[in-house]
Amino acid sequence: MAHEIIATGRSRTGIPTGRLAVWWVIGSEILIFGGLIATYLLNRFNHGPSWSVEAANTNTFIGACNTFWLLTSSLFVVYAHAASERRDAAKTRMWIWLTILLGGFFMGFKTYEYASEIHHGFTLFTSNFWSFYYTATGLHGFHVLCGMVILAIIAEGDIKKGRNWHRVENIGLYWHFVDIVWIFLFPLMYIAK
Amino acid sequence: MAEVAPAEVGHGDAHDDHHEESFWSRYVFSTDHKIIGFQYMFTGMAMALIGGYFAYVFRMQLAFPGSSIPFWGTLSPAAYNSLVTNHGTIMIFWVAMPVLIAAMGNFCIPLMIGCDDMVFPRINRLSYQIFLLSAIVLIVSFFVPGGGFGGAWTSYPPLSAKAEYNSTPFGAPLWLIAVTLEIVAFLLGGINFITTTMNARAKGMKIYDIPMLVWMIVIASILFMCSVGPLIAGAVMLLFDQTLGTSFFDAAAGGDPVLWQHLFWFFGHPEVYVVLLPAMGIVAEVVCVFARKKLFAYKLILYSSIGLGILSFFVWAHHQFISGVDPRATYLFTTTTLLISIPVAIMLFAFIAPLYGGSLRFSTAMLFALAFIAEFLLGGVTGIWLGSSGVDIYLHDTYFVLAHFHYTFVPIAIIAVFAAVYHWFPKMFGRKMNETWGKIHFWGTIIAFNCIFIPLFILGSAGQHRRIYNFQNFPDLAGQNMQDMRVFATLSLVVMLVFQIIFIVNFIVSLKRGEKAGKNPWNATTLEWITESPPPHGNFGHTMPEVYRGPYEYSVEGREKDYWPQNEPPEPKTT
Amino acid sequence: MAGHKHPSYLKIYITLVVLFIVSVIGPEVAPSFGAFARPVVLLTAFGIAIWKAYLVCAYFMHLKVEKIYAPYILLACLSLLFVFFFGTATDAMFANGHNWVKPMDENEKVEEAMARSYVLNKDKHGGGHGDDDGHDSESR
Repeated sequence: MAHEIIATGRSRTGIPTGRLAVWWVIGSEILIFGGLIATYLLNRFNHGPSWSVEAANTNTFIGACNTFWLLTSSLFVVYAHAASERRDAAKTRMWIWLTILLGGFFMGFKTYEYASEIHHGFTLFTSNFWSFYYTATGLHGFHVLCGMVILAIIAEGDIKKGRNWHRVENIGLYWHFVDIVWIFLFPLMYIAK
Repeated sequence: MAEVAPAEVGHGDAHDDHHEESFWSRYVFSTDHKIIGFQYMFTGMAMALIGGYFAYVFRMQLAFPGSSIPFWGTLSPAAYNSLVTNHGTIMIFWVAMPVLIAAMGNFCIPLMIGCDDMVFPRINRLSYQIFLLSAIVLIVSFFVPGGGFGGAWTSYPPLSAKAEYNSTPFGAPLWLIAVTLEIVAFLLGGINFITTTMNARAKGMKIYDIPMLVWMIVIASILFMCSVGPLIAGAVMLLFDQTLGTSFFDAAAGGDPVLWQHLFWFFGHPEVYVVLLPAMGIVAEVVCVFARKKLFAYKLILYSSIGLGILSFFVWAHHQFISGVDPRATYLFTTTTLLISIPVAIMLFAFIAPLYGGSLRFSTAMLFALAFIAEFLLGGVTGIWLGSSGVDIYLHDTYFVLAHFHYTFVPIAIIAVFAAVYHWFPKMFGRKMNETWGKIHFWGTIIAFNCIFIPLFILGSAGQHRRIYNFQNFPDLAGQNMQDMRVFATLSLVVMLVFQIIFIVNFIVSLKRGEKAGKNPWNATTLEWITESPPPHGNFGHTMPEVYRGPYEYSVEGREKDYWPQNEPPEPKTT
Repeated sequence: MAGHKHPSYLKIYITLVVLFIVSVIGPEVAPSFGAFARPVVLLTAFGIAIWKAYLVCAYFMHLKVEKIYAPYILLACLSLLFVFFFGTATDAMFANGHNWVKPMDENEKVEEAMARSYVLNKDKHGGGHGDDDGHDSESR
């Protein structure tokens, strides 16, 4: 865009437009992931016995590690936000990259986990439980990946140049949402067997 | 209410230092909401021609079974299913939604709330690009081996999931991908509309000063956003079933096909209100301008539409009364379905009320707006029969349902859209459309429309099923008088399509040779009419407008002019 | 937003980690509660999940200090999700209706699942035939 749009700067609600938009995005994502999880639950209640047996094969240890990575990355991203409010570019970028690092651990552990499950013969088509498992965790993993990419873009494209500080908070909100989805996926797939 | 922006200086000057924009950046890759609005509008209109053509072809098959149809040839049963499916899909997703929400929303919202563009212009552009891609994917699906998907716009598995049943191994996933892309485009667009309206209003524009059209599009966007989530999850699952061989919806493998129905209709029912509300917004605007009266019970309409939106999430299973759902659930859904007619009725009557004692001007736009009210009333009333589960057991999947939803959808997607085009054409293009030809177009369209669908109500009550290729194969439905009605309906469709040529010619000719329109040819009060026609880049020049009163101050007592624009400063008090 | 008081992010994080550890330990100690095993697992798994989600929302996402629109948006979407679930559950959670039965044989499925279960079969020497009541067969 060649020039600033006046509309973007207005804020009749008191919430800056970027952040307001992120809340709406999160709202719609609640329904997308929620729809998937609700469908999983409906099937789970229908097939209690067989799905329990299937679910016994998920790797609780890796799931727990992944929960830990995401929880900690949530802390880091909120530190990044605090640093961005102080306009401290170096600290902001440091915390963002640490967040991305932990996201990377999450994806790495998940890759290993998928590989070992496939090795033991559990693919997307093995049974309906596994179809849901891969779809839900896969969709979530995709969201983690997108979040990592956007975090990197903000760190290097904006914060390095000292502008658009508000974006750190906005991507932070998205990242927390991704964390919350995992907070619910983890007990569903790994604990409540 | 914090105004975070620095000086609210318009773009008048910023564009004198001209960035020489190429054709591509001005018209194709523009981030200007007006251009994006046009892009949606023209794409939607082009898709309407395709959808209308499909309807012509399959109606000809029904009227003259087995014959060679002009401009098509003979129609096979598989192709028939494909045309029926894609007619419905196109009309809902690629005509009604883009024109009513994306085109009207993009063009009107920033103008009506007094700002210079949407708050996220680049996401706006992206949403159109994704939408265009979805249209292209759908059209491609018609030409792949096996042809376009033929499993009905509702796409129930296992028909839609297994290629061995639907015979369209490429068409089915492409159709689903097209719909998913379209949904993503509208999610992005919706966030733009909602955020813009919440945050970017002109100074002084309070909640009840917002024009009803803007409210309706925003509420529709919220409804859309909230209802489409589970469907996206379902679409991903169905796509995996189609392409990867998973069995989310395969009963034999432990999946549940009825789950798809719920995922679909949880979206499908709010969807009809998603398209209804903007249409009602258009009618509200047009009626006030041409009756020279305030909108009756603005707050009541607003709260009714919000109530309608909330209630619309509780009625979806009325599409599933005979699919084996628990009968006790049908009590609940019948009740909520009957209840939902109340807010709709309130709103319709509130649009009729300004006509009383108004100074009516029957411009073409007004004629279409009034026709909307009359035709939609018929459609809505027939919905009450269908909403009662007992009656629906007989009427489900008959042409009665089809006639019902055409009496609601055609007013929404066609009649209200014509009203909008005739009304805002001067603002969009700086010239007026020809009124005489407009009126001829109006009468031809409306009379033909009724001649198409009233016979279909009768046929439906007589038991004629939907989605049948040739009724001559069913002795009970093959009688001469029934076939005569089918022929009559089909010929009326041809007549209606021919009358649209008048509209198209009128539109194109008026672009160049229409009577020049000034800023405010209709003497209206809302903010879009205070600026040039067509509005310049940045919409309002150097100073952004400020609002002092509601959007429908017509025929205010004691004033000389019969309209009082929103942005006119209040007069200093004199004795 | 700048300058608002907030509790220490670190304290919230430590609370989250403690809760997380409890939720992981829950299923391990649950059998010692005998008949209450299942409610304990559900409580620790999901009750804690809800609590953790609340903490992240309220403090990390600053919902506590946000304008009222944001919580309303989220609560509206969450409520609609529940409407979908409970509306569909009456239909999708029954294995048979008045005149039909879903064509699936749960026992057969359990057998299939047990046959391919890596976890259950690897400790076959320990008498690793799965339990008959299904869901207690959690293991690492």
